[in-house]
Amino acid sequence: MSGVFSPARAKIKERTLRTDKYWLQPAITFGVLFSFVIYATFRAFEGANYYKDHLISPFYSPCLSKACVPEATIFGWTPVSAEIFNFALSPALIILIFPLGFRMTCYYYRKAYYRAFWMSPPACAVAEPHTKYTGETRAPLILQNGHRWFFYAGLVFNIILTYDAIISFKSIEGEWGHMSVGSLVLVLSTTMLWLYSLSCHTCRHTLGGRLKHFSKHPVRYKLWSWVSVLNHSHPRFAWYSLAAVAFADIYVRQVASGAWTNFYFF
Amino acid sequence: MARKLNLRIWRGDSTNGGLQDVVVEANDGEVVLDVIHRVQATQMGDLAVRWNCKAGKCGSCSMEINGKPRLACMTQVSAYGDDETITVTPLRAFPVIKDLVTDVSFNYRKAMEIPAYSHPENLKPGEARMEQIDVERSQEFRKCIECFLCQDTCHVIRDHEDNKKSFAGPRFFIRIAELDMHPLDTLKNRKKTAQEEHGLGMCNITKCCTEVCPEHIRITDNAIIPMKERVVDEKYDPIRWLGSKIRKREGIV
Repeated sequence: MSGVFSPARAKIKERTLRTDKYWLQPAITFGVLFSFVIYATFRAFEGANYYKDHLISPFYSPCLSKACVPEATIFGWTPVSAEIFNFALSPALIILIFPLGFRMTCYYYRKAYYRAFWMSPPACAVAEPHTKYTGETRAPLILQNGHRWFFYAGLVFNIILTYDAIISFKSIEGEWGHMSVGSLVLVLSTTMLWLYSLSCHTCRHTLGGRLKHFSKHPVRYKLWSWVSVLNHSHPRFAWYSLAAVAFADIYVRQVASGAWTNFYFF
Repeated sequence: MARKLNLRIWRGDSTNGGLQDVVVEANDGEVVLDVIHRVQATQMGDLAVRWNCKAGKCGSCSMEINGKPRLACMTQVSAYGDDETITVTPLRAFPVIKDLVTDVSFNYRKAMEIPAYSHPENLKPGEARMEQIDVERSQEFRKCIECFLCQDTCHVIRDHEDNKKSFAGPRFFIRIAELDMHPLDTLKNRKKTAQEEHGLGMCNITKCCTEVCPEHIRITDNAIIPMKERVVDEKYDPIRWLGSKIRKREGIV
């Protein structure tokens, strides 16, 4: 017997005496994240319907494979083979590790999935089902310490996705100064990704959190202060950006497949 | 206006015990500690309960109310419905002594393991000067009243007794962070010992400590995660490690 059932502790047979709906939040988290993983996996392997008339899905950008639609590439740069061991390689699979790694190692998502998927713990003061626990001290969870590397990669991705959003302000014929629903969808998705990245705990640490004397670094202190304000809303930005990216991909897919028409405002 | 309140109180010691039902009068504006005292005065004269200030500042009356770690003196009875039974138990992460009183000496042992503030040798008494913006981060952590609710709810020790040897807990991570962020503290190896001796790596950021803190200290966001990032600077970031070797100093000052 361990944990709350240890011999010297109060003899209470229930794993928790909480009477509120403590299971609701992890259940919703599980449902949303699981649905996203299923959809993202399907889309990553689909390898089609990711580009149409200057709209590129964030799941497929940057498009680095030789299999990419030429208009979806960055200035025609395609350094990665279209297949590996004679299997066609979807362009999304090449870049998936970076956004996936950023979210998997994110301090907020760690809380979310440790609770919802691993039940470690399912909720506060609710006994977890595991008999042993070593946390993030050994493989594979010690790799969570690599969050900053994914953060840096994420910034590069954000720059590329910002470029994609700007490109979407072209007409079908390629003329600048036009705006469609797709433009708004990509701008919203990119904005959310920037807010998610800039509110990140690693960003906060990098900009100024690691300093011992703020007074000697006034500019970094100011940046740290701004990011600290954003950091309060990091969980919210995590969810908003996830939803916005998923919706941007759905929108581009529907437009590219011909199911929806991308309406131009001007 | 007084109402009848259904209360279930855990009574017993380290060998045996259980929940006992009791009906007690509760008046408007009263907190759970008030009705526990009324039970003690009228029905259970030998009920053991630890308390002191009744103002949420001493951290003595920590217990679990309807399964949540809380201060009994800061929990309004009116927060619960008229027909709701309020269940009161001792902290479930620590050995029970009697009724609602637990042995929290684990925390005092851990406190002694944290190296104290180390003053610069070249500064005599009265010579130390600090700017407000350099100390404000540490000041948040000084609000801690040592109620140990964060320690109680932390699943690393609550659900794994064997981890108590190697895990200091959130209360002491804010102590380490407070000192590591202190502008004058000269001890160099706080990050390393936080990870290797005090079990910082065992924390998986589930934020329960922050949720239960009655002083609303952002334990995870402002202490534990910044300390984890500082550990990464030293142990898992080869570029920063190389930079610190070349520049012959401990990170950026």
